[in-house]
Order: sequence, then C-alpha cells, then structure tokens
Amino acid sequence: MSIAVDNVVKRFGNFAALNGVSLEAKPGEFLALLGPSGSGKTTLLRIMAGLEFPDSGSVLFEGRDVTGLGVRDRRIGFVFQHYALFPHMNVADNVAFGLTVKRRRERPKRDEIRRRAQELLELVQLGPLGKRYPAQLSGGQRQRVALARALAVDPKLLLLDEPFGALDAKVRKELRRWLRDLHDRMGLTSVFVTHDQEEALELADRVVVMDHGLIEQVAGPQIIYDEPATAFVYDFVGDSNRIPVTVDGGRVLFAGEALDVAVEPAPDGPALLYFRPHDAALVDEGSAGALPMQICQAIHLGGATRIEGNIPGVDPLIDVRIPGRDVPPAGRAAGLKLLRARLFPAAGEES
Amino acid sequence: MAAGRTSEGRIARAALLSVAMVFLALFLLLPLVSVFVEALKGGVGVYVESVTQPDAIAAIKLTLLVAAIAVPVNVAFGLAAAWAIAKFDFPGKSILITFIDLPFSVSPVVSGLIYVLLFGAQGWFGEWLAANDVDIIFAVPGIVLATIFVTFPFVARELIPLMTEQGRGDEEAAVSLGASGWQAFWHVTLPNIRWGLLYGVLLCNARAMGEFGAVSVVSGHIRGRTNTMPLHVEILYNEYNFAAAFAVASLLALLALLTLVLKSALEWRYGYHGKGGGH
Repeated sequence: MSIAVDNVVKRFGNFAALNGVSLEAKPGEFLALLGPSGSGKTTLLRIMAGLEFPDSGSVLFEGRDVTGLGVRDRRIGFVFQHYALFPHMNVADNVAFGLTVKRRRERPKRDEIRRRAQELLELVQLGPLGKRYPAQLSGGQRQRVALARALAVDPKLLLLDEPFGALDAKVRKELRRWLRDLHDRMGLTSVFVTHDQEEALELADRVVVMDHGLIEQVAGPQIIYDEPATAFVYDFVGDSNRIPVTVDGGRVLFAGEALDVAVEPAPDGPALLYFRPHDAALVDEGSAGALPMQICQAIHLGGATRIEGNIPGVDPLIDVRIPGRDVPPAGRAAGLKLLRARLFPAAGEES
Repeated sequence: MAAGRTSEGRIARAALLSVAMVFLALFLLLPLVSVFVEALKGGVGVYVESVTQPDAIAAIKLTLLVAAIAVPVNVAFGLAAAWAIAKFDFPGKSILITFIDLPFSVSPVVSGLIYVLLFGAQGWFGEWLAANDVDIIFAVPGIVLATIFVTFPFVARELIPLMTEQGRGDEEAAVSLGASGWQAFWHVTLPNIRWGLLYGVLLCNARAMGEFGAVSVVSGHIRGRTNTMPLHVEILYNEYNFAAAFAVASLLALLALLTLVLKSALEWRYGYHGKGGGH
C-alpha cells in the first residue's frame, strides 16, 4: 500500500513541528525518517498513523484521503518506542488484543484467535513465551511482542517509532536484519523513525533526512552518503570535516591559496567545503593545492591510520583516515590533499 | 572502621524504628483500643442495645446511604478529572487541579456553611427552594452534597499522578489496534490504575462515613432523620452517655479497619502482576 503526505503543517503552540512536508512511500518500500530530536520526524510518523492531526495538508493511503480518520480507522500497524505492551496481560493476550476488540461480527472465534496469536508468536520466534508477562521479558523480546501485536490486525502499512532505540547494540543489529526480512516476506510498506544514521542507511530503501520540520533530502542510502543535498545532510550523516573557503570565479580559495579539488560549480562568495575523513591524502608540506595542516595526533587502527590535524583558522580539529601503516609523528607539518569534497553556500550554515 | 559503621547503622535503625513504633502506639493504637474498651465497659448487653437503638440504626442507615451516593459520584468525577488532566492538554488545566484541592484546603465547617449560604432559608436559592417545596439544608440532600464536596479530591488526587506517569502510550496502542475508546478504557486504562483507584475509593469511603464538620453544619441534628453516625456519637457524648457514644464510635472504627483489611486482602490476592499498574 502506498502512503503519501502532502504539504503537511503542524504546530504545537509556538513550536512549528512540521513546516510543509510532502513525501510518498511506494508499495513495498521501507522508508526511514532520519533526523535529530526536534526535527519533526516522530510528529510526521504520528500524523501518518492518525495519532496526531495536521493543521493543514493531507494524508493519502493509495490516493484515498484519510486525513480526517483517527488511528482506529486507518488500519495500520504501529510499534511504539517503548513498546506500550499492556502490563496486566500475558504475551499471548497482548498479541491477540487487536483481534479480541474487533466488533462481534468480524471477530474470529476464541480458538481461532488463540491459534492466530500463537502463529504470530512463532513468526517473531517467541512461540513458547505466550504465558509470560511483559515484565518477564528482555527488551528485544518485548520489541518482538510489540511487533507481533501490531501485525495481528493484518496491516498493510507498518509504522515504527524508534523501534530499536531502547535496545543494546548487539540485539539492535540482530533485530534490524530480522525486521527487514519480515518486511520483505510479508509484503509490507514500512516507515520507521530513527536518529541513528547507521540504522537508517543499513535498513531502508530510501532515507528521508529531516531538520527543523522540513525534509532536507529523500534518497537511497548510497546517495545520501555520497551526494548529500545540503550541508546539514552532509554534517548529520557520516563523519565529516568542514573548511570555510571562498569561491572566486570557479576556484576554491583557502587563505588566499587555490585548492586543487573537483567540486560542483558554485556562486562566488564565502562557502563551506565538506569532505569525509577517508577522502583525503597526506602530501608534503607546502604542496600546491593542498591544505596546510599540522599533525596533532596519529593513531594506527589496523589497516588505516587516523590523524587529527590542526589547520590554521579552522575549528575544530580535522579528522582524516589514511590507508596504510605509516604513522607520521605528531607535531609534523604536512599538506592535506582532498580527493573528493562538496561545496555548500555559507548562508545555509547556522551553528 | 567498617564494623563501627555497621553497629552505628544498627543503633540508628533501632532508634528510628522504636520512635516510629512508640509514636504509632501512642497516637493510633491506644485511642483505637480505648474506643473498644470504653464501648464494652458496660458489658455486651449495653453495647448491643446502644447500637440497635432506633436512632442509632437510623444514623447507621443514613451514613451508609450518604457514602453509597457520594463515593460513586466521586469515583466518576475523579476518573473523569484525572483522565482529562493526565491525558490531555487544555487551557485552564492548572486551575482545575487547584480547584480539585480546594476541599482539602478549606475547613469542613466552611464547606458546610457554603451550602447553607446557597440553599438555606436565607440563602441565594432559599426562597425558590421553599416555594418549590425542596428540602436541602437540614435534610438528606444537604448532607449528601456536603459529603461529596468534602470527599471529592480523594479519587482524583490518587489517580492524577498515576495516570500522568503512565502517559497516553497504552491507550494509543489499544486504539491503534482497533479498540474503541470504551474498550481502551475498560481493557487497558482501568487495569493499569486499579490499585490507585481502589485506594482512592477506600479513602473516599472512609472520609464519607466519618465526615463531621461539614455535615454537622447542614444536618440540623434531627434525631432519627438527619443524624449520621459521627453526629450521633457527638449527641450521645454530650448527653454523658459514654458507653453508647463509644459503642457507635466503635462501629465507625470497625468500618475503617474493615476497609483497610479489604484493601490489603485484595492487594495480596491480585497484587502479583503489574503491581500498582506500573510498567
């Protein structure tokens, strides 16, 4: 099932949570909403679910306008950040809840409900734990119960709010792969919220990067990482370094010297040059077209060397990763040649 | 060093414990025991006679009636108010919370006087009520109203912090799974708050049965008609009929003990899962 939001605006008092957001998830797609806290990603998800309502704009399920429908009538599966399992019900009853509250005419027989709940528990690999209570489960198990419960009503759309946020790193990685697999097998359309870029890049077909209630970029993980559309996306996704430069007639100037780096054409004036730690190489001090850098610290990390360097006039320290085992001594002056970088106008820069 | 510290801790613990115990015995246990001792001083015969006397029976009936009306009303109100405050944001929320506390901060006598001022013969609605033959002051409706006023914070106060802490998540989950508002309340909210609610009900009930000040002002002390148990105790006491006064008082004390036992028993029986409704 496809879901689209069109020009959605949502304010909480004076705080603008969403400033006109449009987005579409295609049938079968796995979409990640990625952004820092306060970027509006959770609000957007809750509006898709019908847990919040937009001040203006609309929500469409397969082209049908569902903006006015509440969560009860949208027939979606929603997995809450802290699972929201019912503490007084055992696991099987939790999973069966969506079936037991159906109107009498649509409600399956008691045995059928029990069988279906057991099936779902098998699906999430918790078959023998039906009689346990949520308090007796680990975080990862609770997460899977929450998922089974959401799937019980046979939703075509699955919405997940920080689904792995409360889990430790190892469980998180396992569950990620398992969730992606489940999504593919059941033919769901899924949207999940995360502030963890690694999670978004690994799991999603497309990543929606948000900031300040606006969408900064929507693209596949590879493109988000390699071709960030804005300075914010570059900064937020992956490690990066930032150098203030001046653009003059297509040349990139740092401290009056032209840098030897291929970038997209940009208008004249102050700009910011971004590059990834692994997109630079050490060259001799004073090499033409390289940044002057003093090595502050160099650490060998099996197969690569991590160098922290100081470039005059640039704050904070530059972080680069150089292949090979040669660890240059701290304090040495060197040149830094950029292999790949992106240029953004300085006006878009805030903090 | 370590040994010194633990023995110090032991002494401090023993001291604190004995202070608490002595205090408890002196201010709670002793009066409670004395009520029963005094009540039975004249023998079982006098005791039985005192509590089965027609005026006493009438007072007991009236007290139970008042509690039977006031408690359900305040459960409904308390649930509604706590629900609204905990689960929704609306203008005037803090004012509502303040108002809920009002009966706690106002002397019960004043609460009673408010009703006399409103519904008494010289009160705002007094003339209209007299013309339409409605008795409120010096009659059962006045007693019920005053009791409701005095006891209305108990359920709400017990539930507001509990429901605020629990938040909206569970209800949202229930509704997202297709539950109606009523189903979400019945299957999710109520089980989550049952212990707090029960505790509020018991406190509310104890106060409804024991309320003296406000009820005293509006009741008019008509024997056999508008005397509740506490008022009846006072009348007997003022008539130097100590044995009878303490006999009726012991019934009140028994009711209080019964509610406590009931609460403990229920907690013990059902308290294993989701204690206090916590997550």
